Amino acid sequence: MLDLEFMRLAFGAGIVVGLLAPAVGFFLVQRRLSLVGDGIGHVAFAGVALGYLLDLPLVLTALVVSVVGGLAIEWIRARRTAAGDQALALVFYTGIAGGVVLVSAAGALNVNLFQFLFGSILTVTRTDLALIAGLGAAALAIVALLYRPLVAVVVDEEGARVARLPVGTLNTLTAALAAVTIALSMRVVGILLIAALMVLPVIAASRIAWSLRSTMLLSMGLGLASVLAGITIAYYADLPPGGTTVLLAAASVLVTEGVSAVRR
Amino acid sequence: MPLALRLENVSFSYGNGPLVLRDVDLTIERGEFVAIAGPNGGGKTTLLRLVLGLQQPSSGRVEVFTARRGYLAQRAQATIDAPLTVRELVTAGRAPRTRLLGPLVRGDREAVRVAIARVGLLPQADRRLSTLSGGQQQRAFIAKALAAEPELLALDEPTTGVDVDAQEAIAGLLQQLQAELAMTILYVSHEFGAVEQFVERLVLVRGRIVHDGPPSSLPDLWHDPSHAHA
Repeated sequence: MLDLEFMRLAFGAGIVVGLLAPAVGFFLVQRRLSLVGDGIGHVAFAGVALGYLLDLPLVLTALVVSVVGGLAIEWIRARRTAAGDQALALVFYTGIAGGVVLVSAAGALNVNLFQFLFGSILTVTRTDLALIAGLGAAALAIVALLYRPLVAVVVDEEGARVARLPVGTLNTLTAALAAVTIALSMRVVGILLIAALMVLPVIAASRIAWSLRSTMLLSMGLGLASVLAGITIAYYADLPPGGTTVLLAAASVLVTEGVSAVRR
Repeated sequence: MPLALRLENVSFSYGNGPLVLRDVDLTIERGEFVAIAGPNGGGKTTLLRLVLGLQQPSSGRVEVFTARRGYLAQRAQATIDAPLTVRELVTAGRAPRTRLLGPLVRGDREAVRVAIARVGLLPQADRRLSTLSGGQQQRAFIAKALAAEPELLALDEPTTGVDVDAQEAIAGLLQQLQAELAMTILYVSHEFGAVEQFVERLVLVRGRIVHDGPPSSLPDLWHDPSHAHA
């Protein structure tokens, strides 16, 4: 299997995404913003469509539009001009509708949108991998360096404000990290399934972890295992890698829930 | 004594609603232990949130002269689903005093240990918060507020939902903090029996300040501030 270059590239991208998605998703889940990934994913679709329209690299346009969408959700949420789920709905539907209109305007409705909606990890190019690895490593480094203040905000946002931590900046950074993660993960699990890889390993890990730090590390391990096993099973069983990966992540929730129930 | 905070002619309403607080003037010196009491809906939590900068006054001026502030919110509890240990919670409270990037240095780890020891939870430091009693969880949150070595400690209903023994333990701890560290303490509660013997000053809030002085100067009729007075 690893004799094939496209499989090596797939595993390379999968390793980065498997580690990064739960690491960033950890902060969204703790802030009860699990569906933000879904919202930004739909905005990423508009980014892909814009790439078609302007004939630009699709990952790049998805990245830019996702970051704008992520910051918009955080901006609306922080100012409480709308409830959190209303902000999400606004960006969510604008993104998907904008994507459909832009794809149509680009005359690209006949292209295979499935590869963006559900992932196409087996078509990862060397250029894609370089971008995914470079930006993914940078995002992971930011999470590691800012772990403590990010945790301080998710544990007690008001307390952090009173203590004069830069809460707004940290929340904006989290939204930007989520957007970058989604744009990079697009190839691996697809726009419609990205949020699952950010959320499910974190839920699974929280069932068996003994601390906040162990929750994050376990979730990264489960995310990585889900992606690697997903690609491998997909290769041998001729299944879609994105869907297989997410089903494995969902299964990990059931398994850890079972383990937790037995412990009780 | 230098001032800890000053409110001048402060009024506040939520949106276009009626005034919750009207024409509040309040000056608190550093090192004072002040109880802010009053009935539910009387505006005492709003007053505290104005002091802490979590709300902005509709009119008037709020000045706080202490740089380091600790806050224990009403019904403080970890809102996250993931397991959280006492040490992790208190470490989160230390964040404002640490460098922003990278791991904790030795001095910060020691400050976290001292804060946990101060509330008597060292044996439970690495236990999950959810496995502790209500009183112990409340003490853990006080340790979190102490971890950044605040000059001003604001507590909103810190004894709600904890038993009498835990209430007395918390009150004793606060008295000790004020005596040893000369910390300014704002203690908001709809009842102040547990701290009445410790506080130097009682501010009674019912939309405005209706009493400001030592608890002993409070007329008997007012002694239960949750009672609706005519």
